[in-house]
Amino acid sequence: MLDAARCVVVRDLLVAWRRRSDVATALLFFVIVASLFPLGVGAEPNLLRAIAPGVIWVAALLSSMLSLGRLFAADHADGTLEQMLLGAAPLGVIAAAKAFAHWLVSGLPLALIAPLIALQYDLPSSLYGMLALSLLLGTPVLSLLGAIGAALTLGLRGGGVLLSLLVLPLYVPVLIMGAGSLEMAAAGMGGQGQLLLHGAMLVVAAAFAPWAISAALRISSE
Amino acid sequence: MTEFFAMGGYAWYVWGSYGVTFLLISIEIVLLKNRSKKA
Amino acid sequence: MKWFWYASPQTFFPLAGTLARWCGAAAGVLALIGLYIGFFVAPTDAQQGEAYRIIFIHVPAAWMSMFLYVIMAFWAAIGLAFNTRLSAMMASAIAPTGALFTFIALWTGSLWGKPTWGTYWPWDARITTELILLFLYLGFLALQAAIDDPRRADRAGALLAIVGVVNVPIIYYSVQWWNTLHQGASVSLTRAPSMAMTMFAGMIVMALAFWMYSIAVAMVRVRCIIRERG
Repeated sequence: MLDAARCVVVRDLLVAWRRRSDVATALLFFVIVASLFPLGVGAEPNLLRAIAPGVIWVAALLSSMLSLGRLFAADHADGTLEQMLLGAAPLGVIAAAKAFAHWLVSGLPLALIAPLIALQYDLPSSLYGMLALSLLLGTPVLSLLGAIGAALTLGLRGGGVLLSLLVLPLYVPVLIMGAGSLEMAAAGMGGQGQLLLHGAMLVVAAAFAPWAISAALRISSE
Repeated sequence: MTEFFAMGGYAWYVWGSYGVTFLLISIEIVLLKNRSKKA
Repeated sequence: MKWFWYASPQTFFPLAGTLARWCGAAAGVLALIGLYIGFFVAPTDAQQGEAYRIIFIHVPAAWMSMFLYVIMAFWAAIGLAFNTRLSAMMASAIAPTGALFTFIALWTGSLWGKPTWGTYWPWDARITTELILLFLYLGFLALQAAIDDPRRADRAGALLAIVGVVNVPIIYYSVQWWNTLHQGASVSLTRAPSMAMTMFAGMIVMALAFWMYSIAVAMVRVRCIIRERG
């Protein structure tokens, strides 16, 4: 079982490495979106500091969502997905492994780059740790929930936009808790509560999403 | 009668709510009747 | 055992027609009674004047929007678990009406908010959650519309509905937390501590009217779906 998981993760990382530009594009998108907001609302430092947590989180959401379309599409197109469906390894393990690999190339880099964006927004450096931690806890949930949407919309026309419509309402609690933890910390009240809730969401998503993803994969592959 | 329609000055809000509700429900019924005829 | 006899689309078809007629008639009668109570029996509110009369549509619509989503998810789950076609058809039949009531709740709530709280959209916990509920309904409808194969559409929609219904409490509590953090300055959203019996009666009657209407419409729609799928 773990062999299958390791196999899937290594394979996905290899494929992502061969298409480095796709990964880099999503990260660049994150940076660009975060840079657009000051251009829209004006560069007044107090305002930027206030909206920084929300903007960074929304940009992370959108960027993470962009790369979801690729999650199963390539495997579906060349028949690998069917092999996975028919194979001996539990589909839930494979689904979890794919979501994990997706997080490694989309969510994890986001969490590492985010402090640079925070610098642009003049967020106090004491918050950088909390920012990175909240993104580290929240982006896996985005990958897991997004994988459900990606599996449901496999091969459909209007795929990308439909995926966004399905998945964004489910992202709302992660967004609220993530941005909220930073705002609480910035106000001096400590964001641990929200981080713990984030952790709880991660545990629940990690426990139940693989089932939903594999069910969705079977539904989409008939 | 006029004070019924004026709704204490809130006519826009009250009748805007009831009117849109009535309109949307009517549209749903009409669309459903059309669909029923076609099927 | 009688229940399972109606699990087939062919046998349910005439029952749906009968239910539609009776519930439609009941909806009409209850609506007339409810509107009469709402406009001619219930007194003018001390604080909100006549504007509060929107409550007779707003609250029942909001109740129905949430109730219908749960029912929709219930039938979706039954259809997914037992692979019964009719259950999935019921979920698809309920969705448009649920979305409609969600929109009505948002629209009437917005128009009620302007004269009473000063703003069309106060971003409080309930209105925000209701908005997300609308997105969940629309997502379900969009997903089913995007899939050509009816059985795949049934199952995909069902999974989405189940994931959605599990998420609704999470979304509600997180939005509520978010709202207490960001409470707007002058917005006070607790309902009046007690409600006159006539007002309450009007609301309940309208809620029953909406419920009967929903059943009638869902029955007609499921008959259309049965006929369309042959």
